[in-house]
Amino acid sequence: MGHRLLSYLLAAVFMLSGASAFAAPTIKIGALFSVTGPAAFLGEPERNTAVMVVDQINKAGGIKGKKIELIVYDTNGDATKAKQLVNKLIKNDKVSAIIGPSTTGESMAIINDVEKAGVPLISCAAGIKITEPVKKWVFKTAQNDSLAVARIYEYLQKNRLNKVAILTVSDGFGQSGREQLKAQAKKYGISVVSDDTYGPKDTDMSPQLTKIRGSKAQALICWGTNPGPAVVAKNARQLGLKMPVFMSHGVSSKKFIQLAGDAAEGLKLPSGKVIVADLLPASDPQKKSLMAFVNDYKKHYRAEGDHFGGHAWDAVMLLKGAIERGGDTPAAIRDQLEKTRQFHGIGGTFTFTSQDHAGLGKDAFVLVEVKNKDWVIVK
Amino acid sequence: MIKHPLCKYTAFVALILIIPFVLKGSYLINVMVFVGINTMLAIALNLLLGYAGQISLGHAAFFGLGAYLSGVLTATHGMNPWLVMVAAAVGVGLLAFVIGFPILRLKGHYLAMATLGFGIIVYIVFNETVDITGGPSGLSGIPNLKLGPVAFDSDLKNYYLVWIVTLLVVLLAVNLADSRIGRSLRAIHDSEVAARVMGVNARLLKVQIFALSAVISSLAGSLYAHTMAFVAPASFGFNFSVELLTMVVIGGLGSIYGSFLGALLLTLLPEFLRFLHDYDIVFYGLLLMVMIMFMPGGLVRGIPALLRRMMTGRKKGETVDA
Repeated sequence: MGHRLLSYLLAAVFMLSGASAFAAPTIKIGALFSVTGPAAFLGEPERNTAVMVVDQINKAGGIKGKKIELIVYDTNGDATKAKQLVNKLIKNDKVSAIIGPSTTGESMAIINDVEKAGVPLISCAAGIKITEPVKKWVFKTAQNDSLAVARIYEYLQKNRLNKVAILTVSDGFGQSGREQLKAQAKKYGISVVSDDTYGPKDTDMSPQLTKIRGSKAQALICWGTNPGPAVVAKNARQLGLKMPVFMSHGVSSKKFIQLAGDAAEGLKLPSGKVIVADLLPASDPQKKSLMAFVNDYKKHYRAEGDHFGGHAWDAVMLLKGAIERGGDTPAAIRDQLEKTRQFHGIGGTFTFTSQDHAGLGKDAFVLVEVKNKDWVIVK
Repeated sequence: MIKHPLCKYTAFVALILIIPFVLKGSYLINVMVFVGINTMLAIALNLLLGYAGQISLGHAAFFGLGAYLSGVLTATHGMNPWLVMVAAAVGVGLLAFVIGFPILRLKGHYLAMATLGFGIIVYIVFNETVDITGGPSGLSGIPNLKLGPVAFDSDLKNYYLVWIVTLLVVLLAVNLADSRIGRSLRAIHDSEVAARVMGVNARLLKVQIFALSAVISSLAGSLYAHTMAFVAPASFGFNFSVELLTMVVIGGLGSIYGSFLGALLLTLLPEFLRFLHDYDIVFYGLLLMVMIMFMPGGLVRGIPALLRRMMTGRKKGETVDA
């Protein structure tokens, strides 16, 4: 079989290599989202939002007369694939900037490539490692977990609850939360008296909660994304846990309230402002962006706009601002991104500097409580 | 048709050498680096599954162990990457040798379960030992390999690096398959009892091939870590073990070049299905199903049969054996 088979393969390789097109002058923007796979709950709204916003910009005449061409690839939540695709975006599609990926792991995997190629990247993942230490070409829009932890701890300090139990999921999100919860406790005069974890697919957390019930903790903080925290909420209710329960911003969507049902009542959590957009006072600087995003998303996709979509909204709009101020070359975009001041987006109010490529402050989060199956803002 | 193994190998080497010139400047060079790594892994699994007939659903674990050993020891402890690569391969090989004795006593479904369990244990260790591995969000800062003045920091250089190792692995595997050991393995595959009666030390041989398979996987893992400069546990989970199994079966059980075809197809195919957008996964699954239905012997046997049929012009009444 040998050489004939190989020569056919070779022919196939030849054919595939000639595929590159040339079109009218557009601004090419690449996007890597994990639309399928375990992180699809992040990637899908991100992709939807990015497509929606770019359409809107193009319908309004583009940026400085040039249309945006958005090239979206699905990474499947896989770091290896993200690495291959970022190379495709840079070398094949020759994009001016890249938004995404959706997860911290994928973002970390491609940082080297964008740094080497000199293409600005606006990650939609939350991991603090992405922008700390600062990398020249890498920015991000998702709020740091440290800000969410600070919100909870401030509230606890104010209410004189200084012994907490933490229960975190054993994945990237929970790991980062756990580190932050332990690191910041001292600053707020809080001690972590019980530190437990659960697996992302666990269906019963009674053992951990029984242990926590027996501890001296005055409050429980659970750090995870759906569905784990809903199980924790239900188990806590079954066990008659009296202490107040706090969740992370990882569950700040209606889905969580549906999953946890009655057990969600009274839970508090830090959250970006999207879910309470209509409750915000008109004086809130983000109100205009938030309402625009929420209404547009509902109109386009008949679904609630969420934080994850918001990260992509911010990324596209930050790029738009940068291109409007400077040019559309990668270097110009990067320099202008770094000069972004007081941009009122979905995730918060962004101010990038050469020392801060995450750009958000504590005001990015509000503390919300579940009441009558809906959110209210805790004052 | 070239039948002689040496000619086949030369043709294969030539193909690998030509590819970078064909793909000059394309991102596909980067994808081909991963095709090389996957080829090594598929060959490793094929030696075990295709030749010795022993299934493993935990091969991603050996791959991951190699990658993490290289990653942690070079990035965190600053050790010499080449030494670490060799040491990791030896260490992983020894581990496989030790666990191989009890595990490979099992047969069929039970062996599948045991290897699956091993894979899951290793995966959990990667996730939970946050202080060492960096946990679920991964370990970054792994240096590129260096050889004297040459740093393997570009796709093209990595292509040559990975493929030189892969070609050596292919050479080793082809020779092994065609040796006394290869024949003994096939004998075990067909009937372990008969093989033992004929004087083959089946138990030891199975463990040895399991260990060799682990060594190759570990080597692939080290190369993966240095070319990616980043590792995360998600790349070494159960899904990847199954993907490797698919590569071996789609490519052709018991064929070294088949493993290359399987790795090539499964790594490249998603790239060319991207135009289907959200439907690419459906089409991908469908294509694999169709292939396994109509080419049960794998691509390596199916494609030549298909070509023969096309060339003979589908003369009526004539059947072509697949």
